[in-house]
Amino acid sequence: MRTGAKLLVVALAIAVAGVLIGLYGWKLTYANGSPAYTLPVTMVKGHPVVDLKIQTVAAIGPTLSTNPDWVSYLVKTTRGWKRETVWNLPANATIHVTDYNFDGNSGLRNPLFGRMLGVYAGGQRNTVLLDGKPVSDIDPSTASHVFAVTGLGIVVAFQGIPDNATNQCGNAPCPMSTTHTTTQFTFHTTTPGHYRWQCFVPCAAGWIDGWGGPMQTIGYMDGFLNVA
Amino acid sequence: MAKHGHGRRFLILWVGASVIATPLVAIFVGPLLPPGNASVQAQEQVFDNTWMTSICTPIFLFVVMFVVYALINFRAPRGEALVDGPPLRHDSDIQTVWMAVTATIVIFLAGFGSYELLQNGAGGGQGPSPVAIPAGHKLDVQVIGQQWEFTYRYPGFGGFETHELVLPADTYIALHVTSLDVVHSFWAYELGVKADANPGVDNVAYVRTNGTTLFHVHCAELCGLWHGYMFSEGRVVSQAKFRAWAQQQQKLYQPIAKYLPAFSKTYLPDPQVRGG
Repeated sequence: MRTGAKLLVVALAIAVAGVLIGLYGWKLTYANGSPAYTLPVTMVKGHPVVDLKIQTVAAIGPTLSTNPDWVSYLVKTTRGWKRETVWNLPANATIHVTDYNFDGNSGLRNPLFGRMLGVYAGGQRNTVLLDGKPVSDIDPSTASHVFAVTGLGIVVAFQGIPDNATNQCGNAPCPMSTTHTTTQFTFHTTTPGHYRWQCFVPCAAGWIDGWGGPMQTIGYMDGFLNVA
Repeated sequence: MAKHGHGRRFLILWVGASVIATPLVAIFVGPLLPPGNASVQAQEQVFDNTWMTSICTPIFLFVVMFVVYALINFRAPRGEALVDGPPLRHDSDIQTVWMAVTATIVIFLAGFGSYELLQNGAGGGQGPSPVAIPAGHKLDVQVIGQQWEFTYRYPGFGGFETHELVLPADTYIALHVTSLDVVHSFWAYELGVKADANPGVDNVAYVRTNGTTLFHVHCAELCGLWHGYMFSEGRVVSQAKFRAWAQQQQKLYQPIAKYLPAFSKTYLPDPQVRGG
């Protein structure tokens, strides 16, 4: 084979490999992962305000994932509840968050994450409203999930429903008529950037130390705040 | 030119270049080498790096100059067939010199490195039974690795735990590095500290801070999904500011204090409800 032909073959092989790697990345990012959801912004006296409603569920179910028994976050979108954990938010905005937690207690491994940080509610810093009552911490053994944005100094622990609760949700999205706890809080976005968020409760049932599967996959218990 | 002619000429060129370049590297490049002067250990590492870079300079010059010299002097004239040079056989002088020089360099560096390590541990993790323990009082700080954040406990201040690493200036610190899940590695870059965080192990590293500064903490052991995001910023502040900060942190984390386990050299809670 002539040198020119050899070079052509090598170039084609590299191009094909590049396309395959690109497709794999795309599949990981969009097909298997979580596409970004842009939350609607309301302007209040010229200031951007976002209302972020989320669910934390024990099992995502077969309609929203190919891993139906994985624990997950959901976000309320204009198309209903979706398993999307990459959220586009405006910079220097006020974000009102409401979490409906339908999952039971897994318990924190490190009790430190039971202390609320970087948020406010009812006019008090480092406080959330748990079923309407202001709390600054929860018993770590009752924690179901955590919403922690390390880059923004945010830590919020969600209290689980009792193990013996009646009318528990089976698969997501969970109807509000099933047993849940409600946690409300507000935080402010700052400068633009990609802020990753994660859960700190080892809540992945069946995995070593509860820390595999959904805890290690964006689109379930991990995501990004894309602040722009 | 005869073989010894080339050898002599190259030797003169190389020694000349080394005599000029080595002190220049030590004087001008050395201070730019990492990790800086935020701690005594970091300064010592800069000193070590300067020494090693200086020792490497003549070796680097030898290799580069040899290639350049050979390219210039032993290149086949244009149009002539390539002919291999004569083989070197039974030249015990070259072998003796090669072995003596390399053995001397390696043994010297081993001795030099061991001496430096044994002074105070050089900022590295020494395991649960450290052998290079600096004299004097040390402030204990526990570093807890977890997926995916380092948190810190201060047993000398009521055992409070916090998300932020703040250290007092001009103070010897005993860092007790551990993990409550997988293997992490605590790397406080500018302080010159690097110690593996192993579950159930108290890996002790010593560092003496200098003046007030900011420093960066990274995890240096691939530990899962967010390993690349497992970094934060730490601060060395004045001793008065440190005491004020510690009081403020005790107050901030008071609500959770009752749930923290009693301070222990390791931090390995029982497996959780959903552990597989």
